[in-house]
Amino acid sequence: MANKGEILLDIRNLKIGATSYPPGEAPRDITIVDGVSFTLEKGKVLGLIGESGAGKSTIGLSSMGYGRGGVRITGGEVFLNGRDILKGGLETLRKVRGKEVCYVAQSAAAAFNPAHKLIDQVVEAAVMHGVCSRSEAERRAKDLFKALSLPDPENIGNRYPHQVSGGQLQRVMTAMALCSEPDLIVFDEPTTALDVTTQIDVLAAIKDAIRRTGVAALYITHDLAVVAQVSDEIMVLRHGKTVEHGTAKQIIEAPREEYTKALVSVRAINHEEKKPTPAPVLRVENITAAYGGSKGVKVLDDVTVEVHAGQTLAVVGESGSGKSTLARAITGLLPPLAGSITFNGRSLSPALKNRTKDDLREVQMIYQMADVAMNPRQTVRTIIGRPLEFYFGMKGAERDKRVAELLEEIEMGKGFIDRYPAELSGGQKQRVCIARALAAKPQLIICDEVTSALDPLVADGILKLLLNLQKIEGVSYLFITHDLATVRAIADSIAIMYKGRLARYGSKSDVLKPPFDAYTDLLLSSVPEMQIGWLEEAIAGRRMESAGN
Amino acid sequence: MGSSILKLLAQRISLGLLLLLAVSVLIFAGTQILPGDVAQSILGQSATPEALANLRRDLGLNDPAYVRYFNWLGGVLTGDLGTALTNGADISSSIGKRLFNTVFLASVAAVVSVPLAILLGLLAVRYRNRWPDKLISGATLASISLPEFFIGYLLIYFVAVKLGWFPSVSTVYDGMGFADRLKAVALPAATLTLVVLAHMMRMTRAAILNVMQSAYIETAELKGQSSFQVIARHAFPNALAPIVNVVMLNLAYLIVGVVVVEVIFIYPGMGQYLVDHVAKRDVPVVQACGLVFAAFFIGLNLIADVVAIITNPRLRHPK
Amino acid sequence: MFSRIPPSAMIGLTITVAFFLIAILAPWIAPYSMTDAAGSVWEPVSRAHPLGTDNIGRDLLSRMIFGARTTIFIASMATILSFSLGSILGFTAAVIGGWIDQLLSRFVDLLMSIPTLIFALVVLSVLPSNLLTLIMVMGILDATRVYRLSRAVAVDINVMDFVEAAKLRGEGRVWVIFREILPNALSPLVAELGLRFIFQVLFLSALSFLGLGIQPPEADWGGMVKENKDGIVFGIPAALIPAAAIAMLAISVNLVADWILNRTTDLKGGRGGQ
Repeated sequence: MANKGEILLDIRNLKIGATSYPPGEAPRDITIVDGVSFTLEKGKVLGLIGESGAGKSTIGLSSMGYGRGGVRITGGEVFLNGRDILKGGLETLRKVRGKEVCYVAQSAAAAFNPAHKLIDQVVEAAVMHGVCSRSEAERRAKDLFKALSLPDPENIGNRYPHQVSGGQLQRVMTAMALCSEPDLIVFDEPTTALDVTTQIDVLAAIKDAIRRTGVAALYITHDLAVVAQVSDEIMVLRHGKTVEHGTAKQIIEAPREEYTKALVSVRAINHEEKKPTPAPVLRVENITAAYGGSKGVKVLDDVTVEVHAGQTLAVVGESGSGKSTLARAITGLLPPLAGSITFNGRSLSPALKNRTKDDLREVQMIYQMADVAMNPRQTVRTIIGRPLEFYFGMKGAERDKRVAELLEEIEMGKGFIDRYPAELSGGQKQRVCIARALAAKPQLIICDEVTSALDPLVADGILKLLLNLQKIEGVSYLFITHDLATVRAIADSIAIMYKGRLARYGSKSDVLKPPFDAYTDLLLSSVPEMQIGWLEEAIAGRRMESAGN
Repeated sequence: MGSSILKLLAQRISLGLLLLLAVSVLIFAGTQILPGDVAQSILGQSATPEALANLRRDLGLNDPAYVRYFNWLGGVLTGDLGTALTNGADISSSIGKRLFNTVFLASVAAVVSVPLAILLGLLAVRYRNRWPDKLISGATLASISLPEFFIGYLLIYFVAVKLGWFPSVSTVYDGMGFADRLKAVALPAATLTLVVLAHMMRMTRAAILNVMQSAYIETAELKGQSSFQVIARHAFPNALAPIVNVVMLNLAYLIVGVVVVEVIFIYPGMGQYLVDHVAKRDVPVVQACGLVFAAFFIGLNLIADVVAIITNPRLRHPK
Repeated sequence: MFSRIPPSAMIGLTITVAFFLIAILAPWIAPYSMTDAAGSVWEPVSRAHPLGTDNIGRDLLSRMIFGARTTIFIASMATILSFSLGSILGFTAAVIGGWIDQLLSRFVDLLMSIPTLIFALVVLSVLPSNLLTLIMVMGILDATRVYRLSRAVAVDINVMDFVEAAKLRGEGRVWVIFREILPNALSPLVAELGLRFIFQVLFLSALSFLGLGIQPPEADWGGMVKENKDGIVFGIPAALIPAAAIAMLAISVNLVADWILNRTTDLKGGRGGQ
């Protein structure tokens, strides 16, 4: 319906700033976007990619003349359909928003008003801007619900947001954006908050809807593999500046800039699988656990896994699969209802309080959120030094020397010894947590989603460090994650969990080799690959399978 | 649909009644079991043992505590609050008239302060981090630090004595006209308003800000709605419960503030009545007043919770 | 570190310290006796009486100075009582949990469902009027607020990963409470200490003003308002002076508490940001 080749959005030398109010200090101005320019043709999709703080959401919202939380456009022009929307004030912008440009947020669950029915919110903009009548808009909304493969498209609109699942809400929000037939939709990380098996469906629905309606889109994400599936062009951003801008094919297959190359090759770590040893370090046998006592909700059901010396067991699963509960059961935080835990051939007491100091020392833990895993009132010296003092009685200079050694091992250096956690970057915090675990000289470290809160390049660095430390110290990892790319990079054996049970378990090569069980197949085929056309292949593969069944 | 919500409401209301019952036990225990003898208090240190014994018998003090409690509770439930020790007057009828005066004063203060506080709270949100907002947080800081009697006597000193606009003593009597009554309570109502205004303003501000920072408000703005549409359609339905909560909390605070303010302006209400009889150690009156105040306090909190339950879409439309 | 104190907190701190110094040094700096008449009734401000005289001719400045002593002493004692009682019970409830937590929390709910002033009046109607009773009643009733806050703060910290890490390491309850939880709970609690002190000053003043707190001839600020209030209608502002002193002390402490509270959010790494 749109004339391809015609320029829809033309952003020239965009500068965006904000005022930050550090408590107790004078307010100061900061720059978020620094001179970004690009054009977008009608019906095309531009992917904006970058790590947190790159300014990608801010740029997306600027196409609607909107600044979130005190953010101001301080320079440059935003031409939409040939006119500068920044000139003309709020009245002009209000006619653009919801009519010419619509927005799909990361968390649809928060973006829908809990007090109104979905259908009322979906048709609101179309009716308000006089695009069509209420009844026509409702008809259109129901068609869109159907096109986006929502269940019961005639009636789902009568529900309230909290009555619909997250993946469905995200599609309803896409329908809401499409309802007023805009020229441009801004997708702001629309699938980031979803589980991987849900993400693929939403992604396919969005791509399909874009193709059918011929709407142009800005697709914002931090995941290059995702953006490669939906975009015609990709722009890589860092610290509010453009790093590289090209066709999706060029960016993925022949990146020019070092930063882009690093993003493309992320998690392409090559890890040789090791053979299992005769006696495992940890054996968890037939573990069953529940929250709220024996009559509570069962979250782990008859799980048996082993971790071998100097090797990594990756425990994979989506939210609610019980993978973190497994860690809590092993550490004794949640004593299992049944089953046994054997460490180096001796049985571990189920409850934390009955374990010996040495048992506790041998199993250490690293958390997802490094900033809450460290006491903000302790310096790095105390954080790493306390296990040394507690387990080995080290004091004073001896302890400080060992802390400095550990800081070298995590590639930070002793200059950090007197810093507080708040004075470290995200990656450095996670490194200090690794050093704290290492200080106890454990045989097993449980890593609970240790890289999921980090930007991809930083996460890559942490994974490399963990592999390197395994080589030097011979420590074993039980690595909990939802990310299969990470699993490929580090695992020797894999346990796939689904609804509290083991769906598949074995060495990495066995688990990742067909034939698969239904869930493993679904999971593996849902993980986006850094390859143009992956989404179509994956969806086609599924259709064939369901046709074959 | 409504069944779960009715169940919750029934639960919350019965909890309120249970709390009130527990409070009645606490008030009774607080006045009966603690050291100090009512008979001794009434007759003074020079009383003869016979007189003390007689009075104890007349007051039923020789019965065990729980018997006396249930006698008292039975009376309360049938509207009989007993008689005052000091003058033998019927407490229920004394309280009736005074309760009306107190509720009148508190209502006048509420009618002025609630809309004003909500309006100013909205202004503070509108001009966040600018001078009107800073003025409001400054005023709040000052107002929670000022004793009621400081505000009250300042008003008396300047408005009543120096300017002569309003009487310094709030005299009311039966058959007084509404306009005269309003004039009489002008200064105490103003004092109460000043006491709760800043606090209510700041809490309203926080409640509205909380709603205005929600993602769905941004969604509405990105649909191109005007600020009025955003507030009326998207903010208001969600802000209602928190604002009602703020108002109820502050009304509860008003009811307590009334005690000191009535003494300042010598206003014949519940607070004045309570304070007089505490000084005279007239236990039945104190118990009755304490219970009435606590009932108001619990009742206002109950209303806030009920509104929160009724306006919650998750409860109104369960999965 | 003092260079980082904002001016408002600096002013608050200076005035607060000044008030406490006056309270401590009262007998040495008061020009007249607290109890004996030094002039005629309600004399205006003069060189001999910088604040004039009171309703029975005592020097107002001297009574203000002794009043500072009584007010600040009793408010401090009540604050110490409410704080130690409330925070110890609150922390215990948070860390131990279970039925102890339930029992304490429900009892506190019950106490808090009666307005503090009303409950104090009810209890004071039967208790002997002396200093100890007053401090006990003020302290115990206010401990409910401290309990709620310290329990909430401790519960929040107790579920953080760094506390779990300490428990997994095998640290005992003492280390967990004093080295992991307490340092992180300190700032909000210190700020609350200031607020509780203000509340106690206002509470004591209200009780004395109602004639149920400090009994004459002892001087305290609330009682002095009561003594001199009859002068107001004749245009004699003597009652306003102690009332203003209460307001000034309360605002000063508040300024300091506000600053400490802001510093807390500061160290946690900002409040949300952009």
